[in-house]
Amino acid sequence: MTNNLDKGIKVIVGMASCGIAAGAEDVYIAFQKKIKEEKLPVQLEKTGCLGACYREPLVEIQMPELPSVIYGDITPRKIPQLIQKHLMNKEIITDWVVISDDISTPEQKLFGYQYRIVLRNTGNINPEKIDDYLQNDGYFALRKVLMDMTPEKVIHEMKISGLRGRGGAGFSTGLKWQLARQSKSKEKYIICNGDEGDPGAFMDRSIMEGDPHSVLEGMIVAGYAIGAQEGFIYVRAEYPLAVKRLEIAIKQAEQKGFLGNKILGTEFSFHIYLKLGAGAFVCGEETALIASIEGRRGMPRLRPPFPAEKGLWGKPTNINNVETYANVPWIILNGASKFSHLGTEKSKGTKVFALAGKIKYGGMVEVPMGMTLEEVIYKIGGGIRDDKKFKAVQLGGPSGGCLPYNLLNTPVDYDSLAESGAIMGSGGMVVMDESTCMVDVAKFFLKFTQEESCGKCTFCRIGTKRMLEILERITEGKAQEGDLEKLEILAEYIIRGSLCGLGQTAPNPVLTTLHYFRDEYEAHIFEKKCPAKSCRALIQYKIIPDNCTGCAVCLRVCPVNAISGAKKEIHHIDPVICTQCGACYEVCRFNAIEVLTGISEVIHSD
Amino acid sequence: MEASKKNGPEELNLQPLDKLISKYASIKGAIIPLLQEAQKIYGYLPAEALQRIADKTNTDVSQIYGVATFYTQFRLEPVGKHLIRVCHGTACHVSGAERITEVCEEELSIKDGETSDDLQFTLGSVACLGCCSLAPVMMIDEQTHGRLTDRETRKIIRKFRK
Repeated sequence: MTNNLDKGIKVIVGMASCGIAAGAEDVYIAFQKKIKEEKLPVQLEKTGCLGACYREPLVEIQMPELPSVIYGDITPRKIPQLIQKHLMNKEIITDWVVISDDISTPEQKLFGYQYRIVLRNTGNINPEKIDDYLQNDGYFALRKVLMDMTPEKVIHEMKISGLRGRGGAGFSTGLKWQLARQSKSKEKYIICNGDEGDPGAFMDRSIMEGDPHSVLEGMIVAGYAIGAQEGFIYVRAEYPLAVKRLEIAIKQAEQKGFLGNKILGTEFSFHIYLKLGAGAFVCGEETALIASIEGRRGMPRLRPPFPAEKGLWGKPTNINNVETYANVPWIILNGASKFSHLGTEKSKGTKVFALAGKIKYGGMVEVPMGMTLEEVIYKIGGGIRDDKKFKAVQLGGPSGGCLPYNLLNTPVDYDSLAESGAIMGSGGMVVMDESTCMVDVAKFFLKFTQEESCGKCTFCRIGTKRMLEILERITEGKAQEGDLEKLEILAEYIIRGSLCGLGQTAPNPVLTTLHYFRDEYEAHIFEKKCPAKSCRALIQYKIIPDNCTGCAVCLRVCPVNAISGAKKEIHHIDPVICTQCGACYEVCRFNAIEVLTGISEVIHSD
Repeated sequence: MEASKKNGPEELNLQPLDKLISKYASIKGAIIPLLQEAQKIYGYLPAEALQRIADKTNTDVSQIYGVATFYTQFRLEPVGKHLIRVCHGTACHVSGAERITEVCEEELSIKDGETSDDLQFTLGSVACLGCCSLAPVMMIDEQTHGRLTDRETRKIIRKFRK
C-alpha cells in the first residue's frame, strides 16, 4: 500500500482551542493511528487557527502534484476516504474543500481580501516547534535589532510605522516605548497583556496558540528598546492551551539563545515569565493588571503616573497587547514604511477581527485598516446565516457599541469607529440578525460590566447596577415613565465619574442601542412588544391549529408540561404554565407554533 | 472556620500546602499562583488553607481572603467532581446560551452556581471561552463542547453521569 504514496506528503490538523472543541484532537489521533497501522510515509503536523472556524475541524493536505487543500468538517470517519482518494488516487474531494489555490469555493474570499501580518504564521506553522518559526524568518528581526540598531533607532522605526495599541485604546506604540525608555531606572519591565476578557473576542488567544514566538520576539525587541531585563505575559486562566504553548515557546527560545543571558552573544539579557490571570475582566486595564501581577486585588489606580514612569513594583513598565507585539517583528523586517503604507491616515497596518455571531463564515480575519464594515461582514464573512436579515454589528465588546445597517460603510479605523459610538476595541465583531433583541443585548453587556466592576468608583459600582435594573424592567414589560431618560443621565454620570476604562465605557452598549435602535426600546415600553420576539416576558407561544398534526413531539420536549392534547389531535399550550423556553418551537417540523408579542397580539390570543 | 468543617468530611492534610508555601516563600507577590496551586490540591480553597497561608507568610488572613474573593477563579466551597461551565459570551448569548444553562439545570436538578448533592457536578457560567465560532459552547472539566443544542447538551451530560 505504501508503495503507492509519494514522498513529501504533509497532513496538517488545525489545533487551536476551537478546533479541538470541534473534535480536532480525535481527528489528529485517528490520522496518527492510520499512518502507523498502514506505515504511510506521511508527515503529520499540528498548527494553530486556520481562520475558517465555522468549518472546524480543518485539515490541510500538502503533496506533490496537487495544490494545497484545506478540508473542513473532518471527522475520524472521513479519514479512510481522505487517504484513499486524496493521498493515494490524487483526487481532490471537492465537496469537502474549504479553501484551495486551484478550486474556487465561496469561501475563497475569506482569504482573498485579507492581508496577514499578525497572522502570517498562524495556521502555517507548528506552534510547538521553534524550527518552523525560524524557517519563516523567525527571530531575524531580533538579530537585526541587536546587531544593527540602537534602541533609539528601534523606537524611531516603531514611531514612523504608525503602529497603535491593538488592545483597544490605540495609543502610539512607538511613543509608549519612548516614554518608558526616557524613564530613568536600573530596573524596567515589559508586560504583554494577554488578558483577553471581552466576550466575543478570541484574536489574542489564536495568536498565542498559533504563533507564540512572534509574541515573544516582539517583547524581546521592546525590552531591548526600552532597556528592560524582564518581561511578563499575563494570560487568562481560561486559555490553558495558550499557556501550554507559550511555556513550550519560552523554553525553546531559551535553549536557542534568543532569551536569557547575553542574547545572541550580545550584552543584552532578557527573561520572560508567565503569569496566569485568575478571572477578573478589570485586569485588562493596565494598572489593575500590574496590581494583579504584584499579587493584589486587581483594582485600577489613578493615572498619572503612567506605567511608563511607575509601573510594576514602581518601576518603569511598558505594557502592550498580544497583537501589538506580534506586529513588531514584521515591522522591523519589512520596514516601517511598508507597514504605514497600509491603512488610513491615522490608523496604519492591519487589524485582526474575530468574526462571530450570526455570520455565515465566522472566523479569524486580518484586514488592512480602512476596509469598511460591510466589506468585512459581507465580502469576507459571507453575510448573514440562514438568509436572515442583518440587524447590527457589535464591536469592542462591553466597552463598544452596536451599529446598524446604514453605518456599515464605516471604515474600520480607530477614529471612524469612535465617531460612530462604537470602538475598535480589541477586535471582537459579533454580528446580530433580526432575532436578536437590542435591549437584551444592552442588558447582557451591562450585566457583564456590573458584575465585573471592581467596586472602587461609586458611579461604576452602583450606577451600572441601577442601569441594569432599568433594563431588566424594560425587558420584563415593567418599564416606568422616564426610564430611557434615566438611563441616559446615569450613563453620563458613570462615564464622568469612573477612574478606568471599564466604567468610562460601560454605558456604551446602552447609549449606542438607544441611539440607533430607540424604536425597539419604545416598543418594549409602550406596546409591551419585543420586535425580535426574544424577551420572554413579552412573548407567547401558540399552536397554529391548521398546521398542527398532533405528533406530540413538542409535548414531549416541554420541560414544564405546558402542552396538552392527545396524539393526532391539535395540541394546546397553556400560557400560564409556559416558561417561553422555546424548546417546542425548535423541534416543531410543521411550522405549527407561532410566537406572539405585544399588547394587541397577546391579548387577542386565547 | 466552622463552615469549612461542615463541608470537609475529614481533617485537611496541610502537608502539600506547606510545601507549596515554601516553594513560593522567596518570590515577590506570589499570592495568586500560590492560591491557584492550593486550589488544585483541594479542589477549592478551604478556610484552614487560607489561614495556614496567612500564618506561614506573615500576612493578614483578611488580605488573602480579599484576593481570593476578588477573582472568580477561586472557590471557597467544595465543587463537584465535574465542573460544567456554560459560556455566556456575546456570540453564545445571541445563539441561545441561556437555554443551554436551563437544560443543564433541568438535567442536573440544580441551579446555576450550585453543586449536586452527590458532589458529582457543579454548574457555573463563564464570561467567554473564546470559541465563539462554535457558539453556544460549554466546558466540562478541561473539555470544550461546541454547537450545542438542547439534545446535544443532554446527551453530553448523560455521558458524564455514567
